[in-house]
Amino acid sequence: MAGVAAIESAPEHRMSVAYDDVLRWIRKFAAEVEANKESLTQLDAAIGDGDHGINMQRGMSAVVAKLDAQAGDQDVGALLKTVGMTLVSTVGGAGGPLYGTLFLQMGTAASGKGELSPDDWAGALEAGIAGVENRGKAEPGDKTMIDALVPGRDALKAALGGGATFADALRQSAAAAEQGMRDTVPLVARKGRASYLGERSAGHQDPGATSSHLLLEAAAETWGESE
Amino acid sequence: MKKLINKPDAVVTEALHGIAAAHADLVNVHFNPNIIVRADAPVQGKVGLVSGGGSGHEPMHGGFVGPGMLDAACPGEVFTSPTPDQMLDATKAVNGGAGVLHIVKNYTGDVMNFEMAADLGQSEGIEVEAVVIDDDVAVQDSLYTAGRRGVGTTVLAEKICGAAAEERQSLSEVAELCRKVNANGRSMGMALTSCIVPAAGKPTFDLGEDEIEIGIGIHGEPGRERVKLAPAAEIVERLTRPILEDLPFEKGDQVLAFVNGMGGTPLLELYVVYNDLNRLLGEHGITITRNLIGPYITSLEMAGCSITLLKLDDELTRLWDAPVKTAGLRWAA
Repeated sequence: MAGVAAIESAPEHRMSVAYDDVLRWIRKFAAEVEANKESLTQLDAAIGDGDHGINMQRGMSAVVAKLDAQAGDQDVGALLKTVGMTLVSTVGGAGGPLYGTLFLQMGTAASGKGELSPDDWAGALEAGIAGVENRGKAEPGDKTMIDALVPGRDALKAALGGGATFADALRQSAAAAEQGMRDTVPLVARKGRASYLGERSAGHQDPGATSSHLLLEAAAETWGESE
Repeated sequence: MKKLINKPDAVVTEALHGIAAAHADLVNVHFNPNIIVRADAPVQGKVGLVSGGGSGHEPMHGGFVGPGMLDAACPGEVFTSPTPDQMLDATKAVNGGAGVLHIVKNYTGDVMNFEMAADLGQSEGIEVEAVVIDDDVAVQDSLYTAGRRGVGTTVLAEKICGAAAEERQSLSEVAELCRKVNANGRSMGMALTSCIVPAAGKPTFDLGEDEIEIGIGIHGEPGRERVKLAPAAEIVERLTRPILEDLPFEKGDQVLAFVNGMGGTPLLELYVVYNDLNRLLGEHGITITRNLIGPYITSLEMAGCSITLLKLDDELTRLWDAPVKTAGLRWAA
């Protein structure tokens, strides 16, 4: 029975993410936003109002301060909702409601769960993205964060459906989000302040898609390693 | 940068403390989250009117809180949308049992933050309606942009809807009235100089000594075209023609003409603009039956003006004339 032998000798693959893993992912994203604050702001200065990095950094540092101060009750859903409400009240602009909604809807989907299975994560991501689409009314190709999130979600679901390990699925999700982010460069913006530039918005990478790629990349890096 | 400030990042907070000290008879100012609320709120049985937006446009919106106009205003950072927690607190503070109307200027951030606040308010059992003001004819091709920006008509809508709410009109009636004002108002602005956001410390855009920007937004967003400085009469014509063609305004119409200062232009020049506007409209057979002249929706120290025309009927005229008592607009019956 070669198959059984292969399974027995394979390294332990992560089958779920626990509350503390979710915390590490949030902190990793905060660190990535901090590290990319200047470049996010420069991308936004080219086609928006030049504050995306500053706003996201202010929001994520408020999130980290909040998480440091409160003892977790091990409810992943409640944790994600706390992140969402903190972003809503500290980021402002369009990024606050959009990232706030993403986390709030993920939190609702994960409500009461102490850990997330791969399918739970896919379901939470799907719910969060649906919230962003509903809030911002953006569709793929409008040159927004949706252009990184939707390919990331679709790649995750396809990989899990095809029997990939969670770690592989997360890596494919992040890679698809990265490609989606790069694909925003030639697009003409149809939403947000960049849309007022019309054709002049083409040739620039979308700052929202860039920060959304950081979010999925942080998940792959935090949860993608073998246990 | 030469400004009358203490610290760039304390401008909004210190100004709010100033407003609280100056207008304690009219408003209460709450901090964290920041809101300006009518002193006698909530008024039982009256629809509550809430607006808000980035700071830097004073007296809009905080200067319009008081009897006959807004019940609360949510000031954001300079040129940055306020957040839903501010709007939710304001909504709760002014809910007198007849529901709350959010008057929202059409900017992506403002619209989304107010939508979240409306969801949160409704989940707490408060009836909330929102009307988005989008009257700036400088922005075209609405299908492929975030749509027209909300500018001068916002001030007129807040006044007219405030009067209707004082008459105890219902939430759906006040919201319908607000949509009617938006549907009949059109605006366009221009800049002679840039503004300087305190935290940025340098001009938002560069404009040559002899250049002006036609179609400027109230945050210094680019307009339709950059042209050479011209006599006021020519500039008035450049602003007014697209407004007239857009609605369109026609011979025989009666209008409210609002000549707004952007912050750095003296009243003397605004009256020069009004004179040219009055003559131009007369040539088109359009009669100004009400007017408003002065800095009411500003863009920090930007020099320039905007023109807003609102087509009037008996209902809008009556509500415009109704008494109002705020820091920024005040008249008796």
